[in-house]
Amino acid sequence: MANIVNYLELEIGELLPDLVKGPISRTQLALFAGASGDHNPIHLDEKEAKAGGLPGVIVHGMLMMAILGQMLTNWVSQSQIKAFSNRFAAMAVPGDVITCSGKVVAKREENGVRLVDLEIIAKNQNGDAMLKGVATVEL
Amino acid sequence: MELNKEFIGKEYEPFEIEVEKGRIAQFARSIGEENPIYFDAEAAKKAGFRGIPVPLTFAYTITMDAGQSFNVLEDMGIEKTNAVHGEQGFTYHNEICAGDKITGSQKIVDMYDKKNGALLFIVTGITLTNQDELHVADLHSVIVVRNKQQGRDG
Repeated sequence: MANIVNYLELEIGELLPDLVKGPISRTQLALFAGASGDHNPIHLDEKEAKAGGLPGVIVHGMLMMAILGQMLTNWVSQSQIKAFSNRFAAMAVPGDVITCSGKVVAKREENGVRLVDLEIIAKNQNGDAMLKGVATVEL
Repeated sequence: MELNKEFIGKEYEPFEIEVEKGRIAQFARSIGEENPIYFDAEAAKKAGFRGIPVPLTFAYTITMDAGQSFNVLEDMGIEKTNAVHGEQGFTYHNEICAGDKITGSQKIVDMYDKKNGALLFIVTGITLTNQDELHVADLHSVIVVRNKQQGRDG
């Protein structure tokens, strides 16, 4: 459940609670393919992935992004999130453990609405950035 | 493969997708989500939603269901296995909830290449509206295509 986050008490540089997920299994990729509608064989079929020039099957970028989004919705209610975007910086593979983290980088008021900008990132167990993004939350 | 910049500005046919409660639950389960707001209408209402809300990135699945991801690749004659998702962005205006009828249309916003044409970038935008003509969300996607032929040639 989301906590109550107070705009006035929040400081620039403050960290969001990390979210750790995984290891990501091939079963989860199959479940996500069905649930998300993304049946691209690069996530399911080793041969097809290699034919496409990849070392093997890769985790859906949108599964990674969904996990990063869960870090945000663990912090505030989903209805407070106004924008969420990321770059897919590196490909995750089955077996990876994903750690999501976030940091407050700006506080601003627009037309009486209190907004907080965040820098967010998802890393694998080696500390490599998989996703790098930003989000804007209304408090 | 050459980039055909005539695609920039192209708008695809509008689509309509009804958001199903079971699909939201299936999606939530597949991402390891346990918050009852995605599974139970009562829990969602208690949390202040008008119905079961879709998870943050589900709008992308709505567009996938409407065939709005691979249609661009097919249109351009690009193999799916050569394409990866480079960037994804969402701007949220109003909640999308179970039972909503969502309409949208996709536009090719930009196309460019990097590394002497070895990587092609296709930027698309999709605006989503609900049954009450409320603007619910915008999606911004960058698809990256590995141009193998170009890579081999240099």
